[in-house]
Amino acid sequence: MEHPAHKGEAHPAIGHLVPWTVLLATCVALIVLTWITVTAAAIDLGRLNLWIAIAIATIKASLVCLYFMHLRYDRPFNAIVLVAALVFLMLFIGLAMTDSVSYQSELYPPDSPDYAPAITSLRARTG
Amino acid sequence: MADVVHPGQTAAPVAQGPAHAHAHPAYLQHHFDTPPQQFDASKLGMWLFLATEVLFFAGLFCFYSIYRGTHPQIFHVGHKFLDVKWGAVNTIVLITSSFTMALGVYFAQTSRRWPLVICIALTLLGAWAFMGVKYIEYSHKIGEGIVWGKWFNPHKHGQAHGHERAAPPGAAQPATPAPPAPAAAHAAATGQSASAPATGGAVPPAQPGAPSGETFEVSQIKTAPPALPGGVVPDAEAGHGIDPYAAAQQMKDLQIFMGVYFSMTGLHGLHVLAGIIVLTWLLIGAIQGRYNSEYYTPIDLGGLYWHLVDLVWIYLFPLLYLIS
Repeated sequence: MEHPAHKGEAHPAIGHLVPWTVLLATCVALIVLTWITVTAAAIDLGRLNLWIAIAIATIKASLVCLYFMHLRYDRPFNAIVLVAALVFLMLFIGLAMTDSVSYQSELYPPDSPDYAPAITSLRARTG
Repeated sequence: MADVVHPGQTAAPVAQGPAHAHAHPAYLQHHFDTPPQQFDASKLGMWLFLATEVLFFAGLFCFYSIYRGTHPQIFHVGHKFLDVKWGAVNTIVLITSSFTMALGVYFAQTSRRWPLVICIALTLLGAWAFMGVKYIEYSHKIGEGIVWGKWFNPHKHGQAHGHERAAPPGAAQPATPAPPAPAAAHAAATGQSASAPATGGAVPPAQPGAPSGETFEVSQIKTAPPALPGGVVPDAEAGHGIDPYAAAQQMKDLQIFMGVYFSMTGLHGLHVLAGIIVLTWLLIGAIQGRYNSEYYTPIDLGGLYWHLVDLVWIYLFPLLYLIS
């Protein structure tokens, strides 16, 4: 970065200087998104609520990663490391969920106290 | 090595002179050739560590996902034990502390020592505030018996024990080979008094409109349709107005939500404590003037860790507190 936010101040020899105005804007955006999340949770949208909350959380997380953690200005390989970790996280949770979804209805017959209508109805809908 | 010098830049101590065979900055370790290489290697190492931290928490997020997928009712009722206000306060506190930490990195990069010290101190303040709110939440829950496993015994302060952890005595019918719970729940749904806890002497808070104050019936849950087998509270739409203390008497396995809550926020809290130790160490170094635009790597890496702590909480907050 060639232009520090203030004239005449020291410039890092290594790495990139993120202007403090960018940091402040990110902070404000995060607080606004937090307020949106809390407000959206009070509105009942059924099954969508979870996904909206996760989507807003992902936007907030991206802002933190890109600007607070300098990933936008950094060597791309650091971002690749983080993305790889997230890919493995999604594989982990995704495959575990497919396993439990597919076996749920066979483990617990409908008259058992552990019968989970949410999952079985999903199965019924998808055949 | 001092080939990159910008006007106005504070020079870092350089190891030079006859006592030193080669000139290099004091902070440059001998197994690195140049400061940029050291910086890149340090950053990469830190990101690899953060990747392992993400996967560390992934185990608990998987636990959450599977349980919420297979027993959603536990989550729809259990989250009512949590106070959204404190969760939101913690979120704002952590976001602000992340900002002050990033600002601290900025001041380190521009060699402004005392603004850096102030920023790290503010970040530490946020960290302590977070732990303070955690203490408030945890002590309230432990005091009311809203904990995990066999100690789950939710009762408001001033009330007697919520209920015994043995199998609900509502199975007043003689134990049949078939699971007695559905039969008991059917009896409860039809308003019979078999569901009254015979032991423990607990009087659940009388629901408005209840015909008698001594039995709690699943059908008294406001806006809820008749209970499903097992006393399962049906849906998200019917979740509003459910009193979790009362629902704990009827629902099976509600303590699992508290297990999820305490393990996830507990592990996160441990990371906050570790972050406090790291930040304190950075604060001491910053006061001593060790960090400037030539060498601010520890501030940068400590900041990355603190942002990861914030990241995890950004996901924990909606998943635990904002279940609708």
